[in-house]
Amino acid sequence: MVDVQPLAGQTRSDDGIREADRPTSEVVRFGADKPLKLDAGVELSPFQIAYKTYGTLNAARSNAVLVCHALTGDQHVASEHPVTGKGGWWETMVGPGKPIDTERYFVICPNVVGACMGTTGPASINPKTGKPWCLDFPVITIRDMVRAQAMLLDHLGVETLFSVAGGSMGGMQVLQWAASYPARVFSALPIACSTRHSAQNIAFHEVGRQAIMADPEWQGGRYLLEGGNPRRGLAVARMGAHITYLSDAALHRKFGRKFQDREKATFSFDADFEVESYLRHQGISFVERFDANSYLYLTRAMDYFDLATDYGGVLANAFKSTQTRFCLISFTSDWLFPTVESRAVVHALNAAGARVSFAEIVTDKGHDAFLLDEPELFAIVRGFLDGAGKARDLAPKG
Amino acid sequence: MNAPADLHLVAPEIARNASGARVDLVLVAEMVERGAKVLDVGCGDGELLRLLGDTRGVDGRGIELSREGVNECVAKGLAVIQGDADTDLADYPDDAFDYVILSQTLQATRQPRVVLEHMLRIGRRAVVSFPNFGHWQVRLQLLFAGHMPQTDILPYSWYDTPNIHHCTIKDFRQLCEITGVKMERAVALNAWGSPLRLIAPWWFWNLFGEQAVFLLSRKG
Repeated sequence: MVDVQPLAGQTRSDDGIREADRPTSEVVRFGADKPLKLDAGVELSPFQIAYKTYGTLNAARSNAVLVCHALTGDQHVASEHPVTGKGGWWETMVGPGKPIDTERYFVICPNVVGACMGTTGPASINPKTGKPWCLDFPVITIRDMVRAQAMLLDHLGVETLFSVAGGSMGGMQVLQWAASYPARVFSALPIACSTRHSAQNIAFHEVGRQAIMADPEWQGGRYLLEGGNPRRGLAVARMGAHITYLSDAALHRKFGRKFQDREKATFSFDADFEVESYLRHQGISFVERFDANSYLYLTRAMDYFDLATDYGGVLANAFKSTQTRFCLISFTSDWLFPTVESRAVVHALNAAGARVSFAEIVTDKGHDAFLLDEPELFAIVRGFLDGAGKARDLAPKG
Repeated sequence: MNAPADLHLVAPEIARNASGARVDLVLVAEMVERGAKVLDVGCGDGELLRLLGDTRGVDGRGIELSREGVNECVAKGLAVIQGDADTDLADYPDDAFDYVILSQTLQATRQPRVVLEHMLRIGRRAVVSFPNFGHWQVRLQLLFAGHMPQTDILPYSWYDTPNIHHCTIKDFRQLCEITGVKMERAVALNAWGSPLRLIAPWWFWNLFGEQAVFLLSRKG
């Protein structure tokens, strides 16, 4: 008999469900007088933004750094995650003495619109019905996320940002920030990203979405109303996506063809290989902290991102006469956002006469390298921010 | 074929002044107006860009072929991108800079003429420095020793040199004439890195100048 082991996985934890409306982080609520105008042509109102801040805003209000999170990230950039209990997702980069030094900068990290950690998204309560939005939630874009972040900054009394930093979907927000609000962005750090999502990336996202929708518990997106949770679909989506964040070389180095807790093949569909076991774990643990519908909305927002289309198809026009200092970083083994994508942005910035730095880092860690321990990445970010700090007359640290 | 990646990082053995700055770079820096917008093509580890920033207050940008050089520059806070003088200058718009500098890199480009033309399209002025292949030591080595010359500033063997388009001061002047470029200033440095201050005829410079620095502008 063949041993069949489909993904078991737990359901989204109660903590996770609670966070969607009542986050443990700071939260600002925008009432009917301050609607969020969406690209889809509708207004989101009322809505809320959950965010975390680290460090202190200086008297001149000139040291604020906005950190934009990636697809499955959240506002807990440098502190414990309330659901998983794990450390912040970018603790290597953000914190006291780190490249984005919270002893020097006032770091703001908001949860994006459409996500599920406290900023309004499909898992939040629709005030009109008193029940979760589910698929009644309007489709959102990267520009909508950035527009909402601008409203948060207005609320916090931060007129200009010393820097905006982020990788992947976070990097898309950085580029959108620089295009939409050039006067508010002194420096920009878009990492491992591009100004348009490629066909291959859209294709990967579609596979993930179809996995979720194929799960009977998804129930046309109404699982939060009907009970149940498309945990298997979401786990499979996460497993597929996770492969794209790594590289062939990294997978081989980490796992090779090694067996998991056994000497030889079991002639079953059990997770014989370490890499299978690892992926299953990634899928299952993701379900605990993430809402499946949010995954649909956020991947869609990335797919729709194509900055040049808002500027007559000419990317350089998005950055016309910009004064922002840019630093783009890519990684050699990133096949999701390969170096050629960053180089296209650099060309556009050069054509716009922008002050731009661009570095490619050699690593076999793939797209995820921006989240990992990459000393060269840290040296470049630190150097770039130090240089920008001098130009901004920020007092050097201590 | 691409030049070796470490091309511009290997600084030739060039004299330094009392404060430790390379004499040829100081000379280049002195040709640049204060506060100008400058593009340094082949900026290496950023020594010239830093000198320009510190002493002339310029708004400097750089292009560098080697990844190590670029990452070192960016970590120093300089605005540098990875790129190739032969292919990437075409992406810059007209009149984007006051000066475009090509320091000790001309002889390593595949198409020196095209590079020079792009420099004066992108920038109002150009500063070009290069090792003079007409220097007497170079001539004597080829004439008497019969092998490809190797000197302090041309330290490579013929088979591993990044320098594929050597020229003499005379050659470069000719290129300027052909391309309709105006020579505003020219300085030759002798083997000790001192400028040759004599009012000398060109043939003298071409024989005793170990390297040359030209300030160029568009004609008319």
